[in-house]
Amino acid sequence: MDVVIIGAGVVGAATAYYAARSGLSVAVVDRGPVAGGTTGAGEGNLLVSDKEAGPELDLALLSAGLWRELAAVLPQEIEYEAKGGLVVAPDEASLAALRTFADGQREAGVEAVEAGAGELRDLEPHLAPGPVGAFLYPQDAQVQPAQAAARLLAASGASVHLGQEVTEILTGPAGVRGVRTPGGALLAPAVVNAAGTWGGRIAELAGVTLPVLPRRGFVLVTEPLPQLVRHKVYAADYISDVASGSAALQSSAVVEGTPAGPVLIGATRERVGFDRSLSVEALRRLATQAAALFPVLARARVLRTYHGFRPYLPDHLPAIGPDPRIPGLLHACGHEGAGIGLAPATGVLIAAALAGAQPPLSPAPFRPDRFAEDPR
Amino acid sequence: MSQSPTPRSLVGGAPQATYVLRFDGRELTAQAGQSIAAVLWAAGILAWRTTRQGGAPRGAFCGIGSCHDCLVTVNGRPNQRACLVPARPGDTVTTQEGTGHATPEPGR
Repeated sequence: MDVVIIGAGVVGAATAYYAARSGLSVAVVDRGPVAGGTTGAGEGNLLVSDKEAGPELDLALLSAGLWRELAAVLPQEIEYEAKGGLVVAPDEASLAALRTFADGQREAGVEAVEAGAGELRDLEPHLAPGPVGAFLYPQDAQVQPAQAAARLLAASGASVHLGQEVTEILTGPAGVRGVRTPGGALLAPAVVNAAGTWGGRIAELAGVTLPVLPRRGFVLVTEPLPQLVRHKVYAADYISDVASGSAALQSSAVVEGTPAGPVLIGATRERVGFDRSLSVEALRRLATQAAALFPVLARARVLRTYHGFRPYLPDHLPAIGPDPRIPGLLHACGHEGAGIGLAPATGVLIAAALAGAQPPLSPAPFRPDRFAEDPR
Repeated sequence: MSQSPTPRSLVGGAPQATYVLRFDGRELTAQAGQSIAAVLWAAGILAWRTTRQGGAPRGAFCGIGSCHDCLVTVNGRPNQRACLVPARPGDTVTTQEGTGHATPEPGR
């Protein structure tokens, strides 16, 4: 075995896929099932539209291309849809802010097309009147996240150990030697921490700190409806919510149809630890905002809701790469609400680090040891 | 072949009340406390919805509200789970095709 990956979410699965393709022998271990944590609680957003120019956008653009390649080789059950995103500006001030935002993104390689109020009816026939304009982002796409993780993992050919919680990171004089689980030890000279929101605990097991925190989010699922919503549609204030460091409840509806018929309405953000209790206030706000964007949804029934915990790092960037504090330990976690989208690029960066190959972009901004001094 | 005993016949029970509901124009007899799925099954009807893609027939699968396979239109309201919704006197139940919703006009 060349590498053990902790975490069978989409990041672990993509890392397994690209590591195996580079010729490595891979094992994936998870305390639960495939996509049992944050991956299974996501919407499957593959977004460039909500990211300002910078390292995360570069990662998202690399990933957007990789997802297009993956969609051609993975089974259609991953429900890849290159539907595009539509960011709606409720007033002139937010439209002006969007223009500035989009200018920066274009320099980084994002396609962003301004649409006037008159064009919105053609782009989204059921959108409420009122927005003064919008930006269309053709590179935004969507997958069914649990299917995407499962199909990536299957395609990797990795040996998969589910229901096995890692209880110890095994180390020796040369660094990491593997992991211990109740089912036995899995030995390898490299261990990847792809434990998502629980990545901080894995780091702790290895004796290092990685300040991953949970940021809770709710999603509403409507009854199956005829196609009403064509793009991923959200209001401009979503972007500031994503970038915010506030612990308080924030909500700005992202509305999208799915191939199966239900409309998904995400997503709230709040820092309340691992509290799984239902927040009626969060659901009320999502429903209100979705119906404000698409009045037709006011008459749709919500069938269910689900929620999960985004892995949040203080600077909103993931931790990707070798941990210089422990040779052989690598991190691939902390992607917050963008993990589905950023998974393939993360996998490629980790595979390059494992193989000693040149990565397609600089991993320096994602250094896992950037937060704190090593306590030892 | 003799009729096998039912839990009700074993204890000599009788329904508190029976009433009529309509399914696609047919009159069906419902007993108080039955779900709509139970009424349809008792009448030998096993499918009351067609799938959104392919139009395949669907009826009760899990029977406990989890799988959403038994969706049906009740009194004009689509996507009701037949296994959970109690049958009421005078209900009009109709086979649901696809989402059960007509595509709304743009801007509505």
